[in-house]
Amino acid sequence: MNRRQLIATALCASAFAVPLAAQAQHALDEIVAKKQITIAIPTDFPPYGMVGIDMKPQGLDVDMARLIADKLGVKLELVPVSSANRIPYLQTRKADLVISTLGKNPEREKVIDFTAAYSPFFQAVFAPKSVALKGVGDLAGKTVAVTRGAIEDMELTKLAPPNADIKRFEDNNATVAAFVSGQVQAIATGASVAGNMMMRNPQLGAEYKFLLKDSPNFIGVAKGEDKLRTKVNEIIAAAKTAGDLDKLAVKWLGRPAGQLPN
Amino acid sequence: MVALDFTAVLQQWPLLLRGAALTLALTAVSTLLGVGLGVACAWARHAGPLGLRSAVALYVEFIRNTPFIVQLFFIFFGLPSLGVKLTPEIASVLAMVLNLGAYAAEIARGGLEATPRGQVEAARSLALSERQVFFRVVLPPALARVWPALVSQIVIVMLGSAVCGQIAAQELSYTANLIQSRNFRSFESFIVVAGIYLALSVLVRDVLRRLGVRWLFGGAGHRGR
Repeated sequence: MNRRQLIATALCASAFAVPLAAQAQHALDEIVAKKQITIAIPTDFPPYGMVGIDMKPQGLDVDMARLIADKLGVKLELVPVSSANRIPYLQTRKADLVISTLGKNPEREKVIDFTAAYSPFFQAVFAPKSVALKGVGDLAGKTVAVTRGAIEDMELTKLAPPNADIKRFEDNNATVAAFVSGQVQAIATGASVAGNMMMRNPQLGAEYKFLLKDSPNFIGVAKGEDKLRTKVNEIIAAAKTAGDLDKLAVKWLGRPAGQLPN
Repeated sequence: MVALDFTAVLQQWPLLLRGAALTLALTAVSTLLGVGLGVACAWARHAGPLGLRSAVALYVEFIRNTPFIVQLFFIFFGLPSLGVKLTPEIASVLAMVLNLGAYAAEIARGGLEATPRGQVEAARSLALSERQVFFRVVLPPALARVWPALVSQIVIVMLGSAVCGQIAAQELSYTANLIQSRNFRSFESFIVVAGIYLALSVLVRDVLRRLGVRWLFGGAGHRGR
């Protein structure tokens, strides 16, 4: 019986022998022992995670996964997940970490743990450099496209001055098309839609103008894996201090990460 | 049984009223310009020079064989890449005029071609100019003949303007979508708006019919059969 089998057997045995919370705490040791970490990432959610023309995953979440593997000094294995199955992947230990634009809410906190936030997710207003927009008040007399009924529509409707010309479109595609074709001066949308749009249309010179609503992303850790969680938190804190998180956000989202909650 | 809550929709009446007003305005402008365009095209196809005739035929075929929403998207999302930027309202009017123009051209041409030859010859023998022959002798009875078809086409175009909400023209169906995305009363919103559309259609049809009787059937020396 080699060492890996031994560990696996021991794991199985302990799973039956001790209560769930006590059984945890192995993930970090196991990662170090195997010299490999398995991280779940999205591939359908640009710019956080998508498949590049080389058929390899890329995006902010993918870069973040690489950063964590580097700092741990282990090999990285990426597992593509969808919004629906990313938490089950963690619960069934198919992944050590989930870095997949995961927002924190009380329902999720019951089944998994969260590290500190690593990237911003937000609804914001974007416009070309030539359009002066410092805050929501500057929308007065300007045309801004938004997808009807989306969070950003609610926020914009609440905050925008009455003479802002809000053009509401059926879906993200029409909203983006209206902005890209120059029919509106600004666009209010989610970070992922805007990132994707700016990446594909560099000629627009569009940039982040101001925030409508913040809902940052956290890394998911299996319940009770405090050792792994603490270690990842250390890495996030160091990356934050070193400016790596800001660099990632600028690269993929077009603005710094800003204040991220722990 | 679904619990219906119409008050949630009806208390948005200022929005609904504005939407209905824009729908009517779009229809009024498109009708004036579209019927004019249609008559001009009908004349071109009926009696115009050969080059113009085939150009008009191409336009009519193109419009009648492509969906209205595609024409609208082409004008609103496509033309800006050629440097033509239109507001949603102007783009809507343009799409509706082009659309109505093509259908009205075919309807009006039917009326023109049903004009008895003798009528034109009689007018010419009275030394009327070609322009007088067309506008005084041929066109009024031709339009009178096809007026009911033309009126239904106008109503169809008005109902078709519902898709103009897709490019953020704040017409009636846009209003319905806006209201139902705010209060999630989609069933009630669309029932109310369907009722308003029905009323508008009846109104438009009635007004146009009366106008037809007044201007076409009454004056031009032609009594409908």
